[in-house]
Amino acid sequence: MNLGRELRKYVIGMVMALTLTGIAFALTIWNYWPVRTRFIIIIACAILQLLVHFRYFLHIDLEKSHRDDLQLILFSAFIIALMVGGMLWVIFNLNMRMM
Amino acid sequence: MTNSTTPLPRLYPGMNLGETDPDTHEAAEELVFGFWVFLMSDAVLFALLFAVYETMVNSTAGGPGAAQLFHLKPTLIETLVLLASSFTFGMASLIMKFKQHVVLLQIALIGTLILGVSFLGFEISDFAKLTRQGAVPQLSGFLSSFYVLVSTHFLHVLSGCIWILVMLIQLSVFGLDETVKTRLLRLGIFWHFLDIVWIFIFTFVYLLGLL
Amino acid sequence: MISNSYWNPWFGKLTLNAIPTDSLVAMGAASIAVLGAVGTIVLITVFGKWRYLWSEWATSVDHKRIGIMYVVLSLVMLSRAVIEAIVIRLQQAVSVNHSGFLAPEHFGQLFTTHGTIMIFFMIMPFLTGLINYVVPLQIGARDVAFPVLNSISLFLTAAGAFLIMASLVLAPFSTGGWTGYPPFTGIEFNPGVGVNYWIWSVSLASIGSTLTGINLIVTIYKKRAPGMRLMFMPLFTWTSLCVAIMMIFAMPPLTVATALLALDRYLGMHFFTSGAGGNMMNYINLFWEFGHPEVYIIVLPAFGVFSEVFATFSAKALYGYTSLIVATMAIAVLSFTVWVHHFFTMGQSANINAAFGIATMLIGIPTGVKIYDWMLTMYRGRVRFTSPLLWAIAFLVTFVIGGLTGILLSVPPIDFMVHNTTFLIAHFHNVIIPGSLFGMIAGYQYWFPKAFGYRLDERWGRIAFVCWTAGFYLAFMPLYVLGLKGMPRRSVETFQSSFEPWLLVAAVGSLLIAGGLISLGIQLYVSIRQRDRARVAAGDPWDGRNLEWSTSAPPPEYNFAVLPHIEGRYPFYQMKKLGHAYPQQKTYQPIKMPKNSGLGPTIGVASAALCFGLVWYIWWLAIVGTAVIIAAIIVRSFNRNTMRVISVEDIEHTEARWHAILAAAVPVSRDQENVPANVGLAEFMS
Ligand code: HEM
Ligand SMILES: [Cu+2]
Repeated sequence: MNLGRELRKYVIGMVMALTLTGIAFALTIWNYWPVRTRFIIIIACAILQLLVHFRYFLHIDLEKSHRDDLQLILFSAFIIALMVGGMLWVIFNLNMRMM
Repeated sequence: MTNSTTPLPRLYPGMNLGETDPDTHEAAEELVFGFWVFLMSDAVLFALLFAVYETMVNSTAGGPGAAQLFHLKPTLIETLVLLASSFTFGMASLIMKFKQHVVLLQIALIGTLILGVSFLGFEISDFAKLTRQGAVPQLSGFLSSFYVLVSTHFLHVLSGCIWILVMLIQLSVFGLDETVKTRLLRLGIFWHFLDIVWIFIFTFVYLLGLL
Repeated sequence: MISNSYWNPWFGKLTLNAIPTDSLVAMGAASIAVLGAVGTIVLITVFGKWRYLWSEWATSVDHKRIGIMYVVLSLVMLSRAVIEAIVIRLQQAVSVNHSGFLAPEHFGQLFTTHGTIMIFFMIMPFLTGLINYVVPLQIGARDVAFPVLNSISLFLTAAGAFLIMASLVLAPFSTGGWTGYPPFTGIEFNPGVGVNYWIWSVSLASIGSTLTGINLIVTIYKKRAPGMRLMFMPLFTWTSLCVAIMMIFAMPPLTVATALLALDRYLGMHFFTSGAGGNMMNYINLFWEFGHPEVYIIVLPAFGVFSEVFATFSAKALYGYTSLIVATMAIAVLSFTVWVHHFFTMGQSANINAAFGIATMLIGIPTGVKIYDWMLTMYRGRVRFTSPLLWAIAFLVTFVIGGLTGILLSVPPIDFMVHNTTFLIAHFHNVIIPGSLFGMIAGYQYWFPKAFGYRLDERWGRIAFVCWTAGFYLAFMPLYVLGLKGMPRRSVETFQSSFEPWLLVAAVGSLLIAGGLISLGIQLYVSIRQRDRARVAAGDPWDGRNLEWSTSAPPPEYNFAVLPHIEGRYPFYQMKKLGHAYPQQKTYQPIKMPKNSGLGPTIGVASAALCFGLVWYIWWLAIVGTAVIIAAIIVRSFNRNTMRVISVEDIEHTEARWHAILAAAVPVSRDQENVPANVGLAEFMS
């Protein structure tokens, strides 16, 4: 991999990140769509941008040669989902029952 | 080990130095992997702070909520500044890998540092504005969780800035030796990681708060 | 008690009134702490050992020394926590319809320190110490991945232990239990410094464990000897890997919970307060997102020890190696899905409780698999009832009982009945003591000869074993009955005459346990005295199968003069089978090892100062502590001279001495394991 190709990666990443950020910010004020739709799109933008940063800035990809850290990322994501999901499930349920 | 026909294995997250400096590349494997493990632990910490925030968004105790307090413009500026600093750090990494030029590298790092410090400055002025409006962390559960989530990120960026400063000095003292390089690799993934955390802060705290 | 608003810039809220002169028991404890500290200092000075301790131990980054220091710390803390347990037991035994000899405040501190110490400063250091000592040897590495970080972890833990010890003299400690639930522990209901002690000591331990977890993961992933695949690793290394991964994910919830509690207390925030939008249920949820994985963090290493012990003392390969690993991984993952069973009664819907109850029951499956694997390992083996195996067998039986009562508790309606009673106390001691402490003791007895070069006395080992096991049953079985009768846990006083006989039995049991602890001490003393008749310098007293037994006892600082090449499971057994267990090397390469470093002790002392300052609101001390930590790290980062080289001559010399011992050694059969003839060379048996 040479300088030009690696540089291109950063530039692509930057452009994509800027686009996604722009969409998310724009949707916050642009109120022609229902809140629910915009809510979902904004969250989707965040997740996409996460992937963009991973791919282009942190150079994480699905290549075979460095599986250790990929496994670790997936496992971390899984644990975070469990912990955060469980916490929100329990606490929101409690809030609801105390209404 | 280095063979021009087979591509070098990537050994760790972030910029890999295999093509230009195979020795550091190998030395970095354990170090960067270890730092990555730490970041995963840190990610759990942030995730939990986000979860706490989400459970407390409505606990305003009669005080102001997200929609009254937050503004899009400063958030956008902070976002762009941090994103730009991610990019300049990327440039620093490329210089380290392909040019091995100390002064150029220092310039890129100073650029990153300036952006990092201005990010901190914008946040401080944000907080100051909130405080002047009386929205202090002691006012409600919502504000406590807001301040703690955002200032945990703030503290991380602050330590990142100090780290950049130390690396600038080490670059002058030691030049681009193996240790300096492996540290810059780790600093790089730290910096990019903080930008990722910020994506979630501006999304979940500011944008969804203002929606 | 002084007024809460008192504050002085030099000493914060600290005054002479902090010395607990109002209680005889507390004064006794304080004097023991002071005398112990002063006595140690005087002894070290008299024998002129300061330099030796500093340069050989405190600054050492050798994983073996750090492991030993962890275990020493843990044994000291174990003694304190057992004494506290006995005091609690005695108080409860004499306080039926009577106020007993302890004030409620003091009683509250006792169960809090007992629980906190046992979990964070006894069992965690114990397992971290064993893992530190053994894992690099088992995977054929010369040290852990980050030796200096390892030393930092140790001293952070020690700093936390120091805080708890300091709270004996500069009292009080928290009365909020080891779980520290708000709002009781909030500033509103607990304006004193006690909860601060708890918060900071636990936070230090938690950060130390996170760093240990990182270190171990990288060590096991990246530093295995050439050829050692994951599926060749010994079971103890496997459980250590799972535990390390659990540590990095389970510690953050604790750090978040204690940090937010601290912010509530120090800065008046409203995370867990009962007003202004605070939500204490968040704390409970966060705490147990740590707390449940934690119980598996402390149990899995013991499972690893037992796997080694059952195989070695049955002279067989482990039955179901793969199933044991799969079960370990299953337990590790499942342990993140069950935390709600600690608060079934908090009020969430029945569906949530049912989901978490079922997840809890599922853990019984992989655990059951393990139990059968261990039993089948012994089946038709050449079983020797040497002490480590005795502890293992006691574990096997007792742990199953504890596990079954756990299944009972996982059923939400049953949990509602016995929640917060001594039934729960009985249950978790019934799993933790055999499932974790017995494992650690077994590991200590098993690897002691490796670490020090001589065996522990077998007779006192058996006496200790009998006292602990019998004491355990006497002390904890009555608590099941009491729990079913409705006795609340943490009761300083009860009003049911029918409790009394059971409480008396439990008190006797705790005294028997104390006898067991004393026997362990005597065992150590006797063994040191008679070490010349129990030397096993050749290194393999139990006919072991894994790499740690292939070195001399104690191993040289570089562990392996030449890194072994691994071709399968049980590498040392394979080498013995092929008759080249102790290859004579013709040439050696110089070995690079990390230099000693003062960074660990420096950070330890500075963080102790930082946290002590925070406890007592002595801000300047806290600031100095923080500054020293940051400065020490930055200064260290400029040090380029961190490695040193062990010369070929030194290696040749060390290896030649060991090979001379090997040449002179007569191999012994397994019947002679505990006689002086066993110098650490095992007769090969297929
Ligand atoms: C060695 C013998 C032991 C004895 C005699 C003993 C006894 C006790 C007693 C009497 C209590 C208070 C019960 C109550 O609240 O009514 C207690 C609580 C507790 N023990 Fe132990 N214990 C022992 C070992 C251990 C060990 C090895 C651990 C953990 C590794 C442990 C962890 C705890 C914890 C976490 C609590 C709860 C503290 C609280 O209420 O916050 N104990 N123990
Ligand atoms: Cu549990």
